[in-house]
Amino acid sequence: MSTSAVAESPVVPGPETAYERPNYLNAVYGVRSWLLTRDHKRIAILYLISVTIFFALGSLFAALVRLELLTPEGDLMGPDTYNRVFTMHGVVMVFFFLIPAIPAVLGNFLVPLMIGAKDLAMPKLNLASWYVYNIGAAFTLWAIANGGVDTGWTFYTPFSTNYSNTYVISTALGVFVAGFSSIFTGLNFIVTIHRMRAPGLTWFRLPLFIWSHYATSLIIVLGTPVIAITILLVAAERLLHLGVFDPRLGGDPILFQHLFWFYSHPAVYIMILPAMGVISELVAAFARKRVFGYRFVAFASVGIAVLGFLVWGHHMFVSGQSIYAATIFSVLSMLVAVPSAIKVFNWTATLYEGSISYQTPMLYALGFIGLFTIGGLTGVMIATLGIDVHVHDTYFIVAHFHYIMVGGTIMAYMGGLHYWWPKISGKLYPGFLSRLSALLVFVGFNLTFAPQFILGYLGMPRRYWSYPPEFQVLNVLSTAGASILGVGYVLPLFYFIWSMRYGKRSGDNPWGAVGLEWDTPSPPPTENFYTTPVVTHGPYEYNREEVHNRMTTEATLG
Amino acid sequence: MASQPLVEPHGHGAPHHAPLAHQFDTLEQQKESSTLGMWLFLVTEIMFFGGLFLAYVVYRSQYPAAFSAASHSLDVLLGGINTAVLIGSSLTMALAIWAAQVNWRKGIVIFLLATIALGSVFLGIKAVEYTDKFKHHHVPGASFHFEDPRVQPEHAEIFFSLYFIMTGLHATHMVIGIGVLAVLAILSWKGKYSAEYYNPLEMAGLYWHFVDIVWIFLFPLLYLLGAHAR
Repeated sequence: MSTSAVAESPVVPGPETAYERPNYLNAVYGVRSWLLTRDHKRIAILYLISVTIFFALGSLFAALVRLELLTPEGDLMGPDTYNRVFTMHGVVMVFFFLIPAIPAVLGNFLVPLMIGAKDLAMPKLNLASWYVYNIGAAFTLWAIANGGVDTGWTFYTPFSTNYSNTYVISTALGVFVAGFSSIFTGLNFIVTIHRMRAPGLTWFRLPLFIWSHYATSLIIVLGTPVIAITILLVAAERLLHLGVFDPRLGGDPILFQHLFWFYSHPAVYIMILPAMGVISELVAAFARKRVFGYRFVAFASVGIAVLGFLVWGHHMFVSGQSIYAATIFSVLSMLVAVPSAIKVFNWTATLYEGSISYQTPMLYALGFIGLFTIGGLTGVMIATLGIDVHVHDTYFIVAHFHYIMVGGTIMAYMGGLHYWWPKISGKLYPGFLSRLSALLVFVGFNLTFAPQFILGYLGMPRRYWSYPPEFQVLNVLSTAGASILGVGYVLPLFYFIWSMRYGKRSGDNPWGAVGLEWDTPSPPPTENFYTTPVVTHGPYEYNREEVHNRMTTEATLG
Repeated sequence: MASQPLVEPHGHGAPHHAPLAHQFDTLEQQKESSTLGMWLFLVTEIMFFGGLFLAYVVYRSQYPAAFSAASHSLDVLLGGINTAVLIGSSLTMALAIWAAQVNWRKGIVIFLLATIALGSVFLGIKAVEYTDKFKHHHVPGASFHFEDPRVQPEHAEIFFSLYFIMTGLHATHMVIGIGVLAVLAILSWKGKYSAEYYNPLEMAGLYWHFVDIVWIFLFPLLYLLGAHAR
């Protein structure tokens, strides 16, 4: 989407002058100007810092888990400590990294830019969401500092309400409060996408990144309040002895599971849908083609959001749910494969006869497509009742959801960061090192989680600190993979920070990509666009002549 | 805003004191955005209370006799008065917005204060009811005691747990609403709102009506259902 407005505005200087112009980074200085900012781009940076800290913390717990499982015996920690470590890994990663990562960082930065708006519709609410996130994080950190929680990230009752001797209330309140930050973000996105689009930007001219964020926001707005009340009930039961799930009173712990998964299954789509939006952008940009079947991909996002609310029972196949309910949930769960497959096939079709360049973001995107496919196909397997009873609560499940959450969401998050980093910072990062890290992540990830499929199928249960000796070889492979994965994640941290000071200037559009966000300088000015863009055609118009010419003249990353 | 041409930063006819935030092009766009945002917020509220209503439905269908017996210990008269008080407060809230539409500044303040007063009466009566529950040991926990030979006291305890959580969260929403209305009353007194611009009043009104509607559902579920059984 290039714009007619850009042509007559004085906004298309070359890369050399990019830094002299005031942009959102150098418009105002000082800690205060950041902590009180209402600029969505600065709030995205604040979120980037916060979620990076929590990603590091969650990874630390993951490292402890993998270290403990290096040997069959419990030599690093006992069962009680292990329970806390894997719980904190889950809580931190799910609620404080995976859910906010792409929407709150990339979404925050890009949604207004991609729709030609000056900001989100509610900038103060946006800043509030970051503070609320940190308040929730503080509750959880307090619990961690005092010894953590051992309920698993799922807080299943009655263990969490009646028996656990750990800091359940503080952690639960942390999750409760952090939920409001995602509600604020989701609500803001929906209003912004409805009301703030640039003139001419109709729904079917929107980038697929926007469609997927819209679908994500719907899930956030409809789902998050349910986990809020559920967790509040757990806290009330522990603190005030109000018994809603307490079996001693005739309460039903399965009701907790229904309420919990009514949110927490759609939460998986909160994680993966924005990732899919990122991949659509990357595939189009590096194949130099319009996304194949644009409308199908757009509606697939909405379809996943709707279907995602109808499948929560597949977490409860062995919880004592009726066989009829289980059968229906099984069928509905398999239906999710349809829109997911539409996306995968359409990305692949986009690659067909495209001019593909293997820049770092594209490596992540290609990795995503492969890993998400494996994660999705194993998802269909475990949606089958018989197989699920066999592999329930084993490492097969662990491997499956890590292929979606890590192989899917984090691959896309990294790919998106690498793609839009020149837009965010105005700087280039080292090409070789970044490709190397993408490769390390891919190899390390597969080495970590592929053996876990086999372990689970052989019957190794999840959430145990020790295991029979015959499982050791595969566990050693997994731990070795995790250390490679760790290196792959640490490298970008260093070269991104390095690039902010020493990186070469990127120019406004180093990839020669199309999209409103590339029609404004990098880094963008505080008001995003010097002139409100007027949109005259759809996204991904890589075959248009002017776009083609620009692609051939502009420098690309080495 | 696809259909709408973007014009100069300040919309036509906007009064000088009407604040147009920097991210918007027109006051109309600003108003549409806050209205949509408020309705979405109310959707989240429905889902929030929805979890509680689901729990209520599940347990009511499992333990109908105990729920009916426990429901009987609630004071229908006090609950009924409170329902009338809340509906009255919705009327005064609507009148406050009407006062803004006809540019009657004093009227806005009067009706907002009336709404706050009625909301406080509701909370006062609720406090009386809660005290009564404490006196009769109907509060779930170690000292819970419920005498009815036909039902198991534990099941009644679930009813009272739900009663306290549902009415407690409703009351929390009332307290927040009263706080918001108090701020708006001060701002109205200072002349912030007029026929041209009264968006915050309308948003607060939506919230206040929503909280009323929650009570309209809570009252029959907790006080009335099963009353004919005895």
